[in-house]
Amino acid sequence: MELTAKEKALVTALGGGLPLVSDPYAELGRRVGLSEGETIAVIARLREAGLIKRFGVVVRHHELGYRSNAMVVWDIPDARVEEIGRRFSAFDFVTLCYQRPRRPPEWPYNLFCMVHGRERDVVLGQVEELAETCGLAGVKREVLFSTRRFKQRGAVYCLAPETAA
Amino acid sequence: MARARTELERRLLDEFQRDFPLEPRPFAAVAERLGVDEATVIATLGRLKDEGSVSRVGAVFRPGGVGESTLAAMAVPVEDLPYVAQLVNEYEEVNHNYEREHRLNLWFVVCGPDRARVEAVLRDISTRTGLAVLDLPMVQDYHLDLGFPLRWN
Repeated sequence: MELTAKEKALVTALGGGLPLVSDPYAELGRRVGLSEGETIAVIARLREAGLIKRFGVVVRHHELGYRSNAMVVWDIPDARVEEIGRRFSAFDFVTLCYQRPRRPPEWPYNLFCMVHGRERDVVLGQVEELAETCGLAGVKREVLFSTRRFKQRGAVYCLAPETAA
Repeated sequence: MARARTELERRLLDEFQRDFPLEPRPFAAVAERLGVDEATVIATLGRLKDEGSVSRVGAVFRPGGVGESTLAAMAVPVEDLPYVAQLVNEYEEVNHNYEREHRLNLWFVVCGPDRARVEAVLRDISTRTGLAVLDLPMVQDYHLDLGFPLRWN
């Protein structure tokens, strides 16, 4: 889907979220030169097109007590990766699930999913449950818990024209 | 430490993760559903943002749908990690940056308007640190993001 310059500017402005004012769409629009109605229409169109996966309150799990953030990586046979990816996504404790390229020999894994939990043991049990339910007992996997968060913010796609670094 | 939540906070955190009202006064629409006034909703969201429980009220974009992004990983000697993490953080193209328990101990997301910009950032980080950067762009996204059901103890 092609975006106009103003639409790209709106996407970038949206990176910081809605301003907490009575008329946030009008305010966002003012920043990029769109009317309130146009701003609402563009966001609606991005949602319908699936470019926006979700629009609403974005919580920070860590601050809400979800201290165990595990990135689970799997070496799934290519022929099964799509099926497994879809099955993983049906579990409500799986918050993200992506296929990514293997980089042998250093990185043999092609399926990534994120599991957030309040306790490490619970998360490890959930990973076990994924493996058992989907018949992946013999599949190589690793669980990478996060230990420190250096930065977390929404993706700001830097769609604005290139600025001097 | 997560403190006890008011009923209003829980409902704001739980029930409005998706399909946020797209109308001129969205916070008033939320307020009506919760039986409070608009100013209370705006003030509560502001407080949740200030304390870090809420990152923003806004969009979660599909990776690769708008612009380009990749997941990058580095194996950083432990004593250099604070320095390298700080260096990586300074790029506006980097949004998430985590230490993880693995030989590859630094994981971050780089996004930009196009693939060339993403690669330029990875190259720059590699040149400045003298360390290899693993580039793992998304091939397929299987997860339909419906938000995250919170379990309150």
